[in-house]
Amino acid sequence: MVTPTQAVTAVDFLRWMPLIPLLASLINIFLGSRLGKRTAGGLACAAVLASFAIAVYVFWLLPATGVFQDTVYTWFESGSFRIKLSFQVDALSAVMLLVVTGIGFLIHIYSLGYMAHDEGIIRFFVYLNLFIFFMLLLVMGDNLLVLFVGWEGVGLCSYLLIGFWYHDHNNTIAGNKAFIVNRIGDFGFLLGILLLVTELARQGVWTLDFMELQQHVNLLSPEKIALITLLLFVGATGKSAQIPLFVWLPDAMAGPTPVSALIHAATMVTAGAYMTARLHFLFSLAPEILSLIAIIGAATAFFAATVALTQNDIKRVLAYSTVSQLGYMFLALGIGAYSAAIFHLFTHAFFKACLFLGSGSVIHALDGEQDMRKMGGLRSRLPITYSTYLIATLAIAGVPFTAGFFSKDLILWQTYSSPHGSTGLWLIAWVTAGLTALYMFRQVFMVFHGNSRVDEHVKAHIHESPPVMTIPLVILALGSIFAGWLGAPEYLWGSRWDQWLGPIFGGAHEGAHGSLAEEINLTLMTLGISGLGFVLAYVAYARPSQLRDRLAALAGGAPYRLLLHKYYIDELYDFVVVRPFTYFSRWLAQVFDPGVIDGLVNAVARGAKGFSLVWREVQTGNVQHYLVGFLVGTLALLTYFLGQQ
Amino acid sequence: MVPLDYYLVLSAMIFAIGAIGVLVRRNLIVVLMSVELMLNAVNLTFIAFSRYLGSMQGQVVVVFVMAVAAAEAVIGLAIIISVFRHRRSLDPQEMQLLKW
Repeated sequence: MVTPTQAVTAVDFLRWMPLIPLLASLINIFLGSRLGKRTAGGLACAAVLASFAIAVYVFWLLPATGVFQDTVYTWFESGSFRIKLSFQVDALSAVMLLVVTGIGFLIHIYSLGYMAHDEGIIRFFVYLNLFIFFMLLLVMGDNLLVLFVGWEGVGLCSYLLIGFWYHDHNNTIAGNKAFIVNRIGDFGFLLGILLLVTELARQGVWTLDFMELQQHVNLLSPEKIALITLLLFVGATGKSAQIPLFVWLPDAMAGPTPVSALIHAATMVTAGAYMTARLHFLFSLAPEILSLIAIIGAATAFFAATVALTQNDIKRVLAYSTVSQLGYMFLALGIGAYSAAIFHLFTHAFFKACLFLGSGSVIHALDGEQDMRKMGGLRSRLPITYSTYLIATLAIAGVPFTAGFFSKDLILWQTYSSPHGSTGLWLIAWVTAGLTALYMFRQVFMVFHGNSRVDEHVKAHIHESPPVMTIPLVILALGSIFAGWLGAPEYLWGSRWDQWLGPIFGGAHEGAHGSLAEEINLTLMTLGISGLGFVLAYVAYARPSQLRDRLAALAGGAPYRLLLHKYYIDELYDFVVVRPFTYFSRWLAQVFDPGVIDGLVNAVARGAKGFSLVWREVQTGNVQHYLVGFLVGTLALLTYFLGQQ
Repeated sequence: MVPLDYYLVLSAMIFAIGAIGVLVRRNLIVVLMSVELMLNAVNLTFIAFSRYLGSMQGQVVVVFVMAVAAAEAVIGLAIIISVFRHRRSLDPQEMQLLKW
C-alpha cells in the first residue's frame, strides 16, 4: 500500500493542550472549595479556552499534508520496543481537536449557568476538565497505547459524570452499566492491540506508533488483520454505542445534560469512529470486516431511529438519535468513506450538542421535568431555545443548506455509489433519514407546539435561560447551519473538506463513481422521505387529529409495545447475560468459595494436623529413648559400611 | 602374651555394659558412671591396638580421652547436682519439659 509522504515537524507546544485542562482540574480538586464556585468554574472554562486557542493556532499553522509532533518523554523501553509519550497532530486530529476543545468550551460555558445552583459544581468542573484532558490524549496520542490511555480515561470520566448525582441509586446503576458495557468493548480493543503488537513482533517490528504501523502493516497476513480489526471494532462498538453494545448510552442520560451533550453526543462516543479512521490503513486491508462495520452501522442507525419514535423522555429520544447518527458514521467508515464519516462526526457534534443543550434549557425551565407528555406550547415562553432547537432539528433532519444535509447526503451518496457500498445499505440509510425527520419533528411538536400540558405548579415560573446558556446555544445553532458548508457536493461549490482530509486517507479513500444526475436524484429522494417524515409528524403531533387517535388506538398494539420497550434488548441482556452471571457469582460466593476453596485449604491444614498427631508421638522427651535411636542409627550405619567392604 | 582378641572381647563387653547402663538406668549418677565405663572400654581398645601395632599414637589418644573424661565428669556432676537441687529427683524419665 502506498503511504502518503507526510512532512513531520517537531514542535513543543502541543503538550500544553491536554496539560492545561489537567492542571485546572488538579487546582480545582485541591483548592476548588477555597476558590469558590464562580472562580472554579471560570478557571475550568479558561483552561478549555486556552486549549481551544492552541488548537486554532495549530490548525492555522498546519498544512494539509503536514504532521506536528511533540515528544514529551520515553514512557518505557524494553529491548527494541519503545513507547513514547508523544503527541501528534495531522489533518484528522486537528479536526477532532477543534471539535473537542471548541464545543467543549461552549458546553463548559453553558454548564456555568446550568449547574449554577448545584452543590457539586466544583466537582463537576473537575470531572469535565479531566474529561477534556483524556479526550485530547485520545485524539493526539501518536501511538495506540497513548490513545488507549485516553480511551480508558474518557470511559472513567463518563462513568463519574453519569453517576454525578449519586444520591439517586438509579444514576449510579446507569453509571455502572455504562462502565461495565464499555469494559467489554475495551477488553476487545486491548486484545486487538496486543495481537497487533505480537504479530508485528513476529515479523521483527516492535511498534505501536501510527506512522510506523502504516509502514509495516503489509507484513501482516490477511487473516491476522481481519482478527485484529474485528477486535478493535469490538472496542469501537462499546465506546460508540453500536449494536450489540449500545445499551449503555440511553441509560447514560441519567447524568447532567451538559454531560450528555459533551460526552454522549459530541465527543467521547465518536472516539470509536475516530479510532477506525485513524487506523484506516489497517481496516482497509480487511474488506470483510469493513462490510461487517457497514452492516452494523446501517442496522444500528435504523434500529435506534425506530426506538426513538416511541420514547417520551426528551433526552432519551436524543440518545437514540445519537446512536442512530453514530450508525451513519460507521456505515460511512464501513464503505471506506472515512472522510465522509469524519465530516458527519463534525457536523453532528454541532447540531446534537445544540439539541442536547436545548433540551437542557427546557428541562431547566421546567424544573427538571423530562417527560415530553408534560410539555407542549413552550414556543412562546422559550423563544431562543425554540429557535435554536428548531435550527438544529432542521440540520439533523437534513433540510437543504444545513449542516446535516451536506454530511448525511454525502454518506448516502457514497453508500449508493461507492464500490464497497450497496443499494441495500443505501435503502436502510434512506428509510432511516425519513425516520430521523419523523422522530425529531415529533419531539419539536410535542415540546414546543400545541397546547401546554405542563403541571400547574411548574407553569408559574417557566423562564427563558440566562444568556450564559443561550449564547452557546446560538453559536451551536449557527454551527449547525454553516459547519456543513465546508463539505458541499461538487454540483454546488465543491468540498474544501475532501481537500483537507484527502491526503490523510490517501489511497484508502475511494471516490464515488456516479453521474451528477444520479447524485441529484438521490438527494431529491432523500429530501422526499425526510419531507414525508415531517408531514407525518406534523399531522400526528402538531394538532389533535384523527390520525393521532388512530395511533393512540394502535398504541396497545404489539409493534408499538415492542418499540416502546426498545425491542426488549435490555430485558434480553438481563436474561441472557446479567442474570446467569449474577446467579453464577452468587453460587461461587455462597457454595463454591466456602465449600471448595475454603474446603481445600482446611483439608490441607487438617491433613498436616493428623499427620503430626501420629508422628509427634516419637518425640517422647525422654533422653534415653533418643539415645536408643542414636545407638541404633550408629550401629546401622556401621553395619552398612562394614558390609560394603 | 595375651592375644589381641581377648582385649577386644573384654573391651566390647565393658562397652556393652556401659551402653546398656546409659540406656536403662533411672539414676543420672549411674548413667554418668556408665558413660565412664564406655570411655574406658574404648581406652582399653586403643591401648591394645597400640601394643599390638607397636605404635604410640593409641596411647596418646588415651591420655586425651582421660583428660576429656575428667572434664566431662566434673561438668556432668555439677549439672546433676544442680538438677537435683531443683527437682529433688534424678530420674531422667521425669525430665521431659522440652517435649512437644
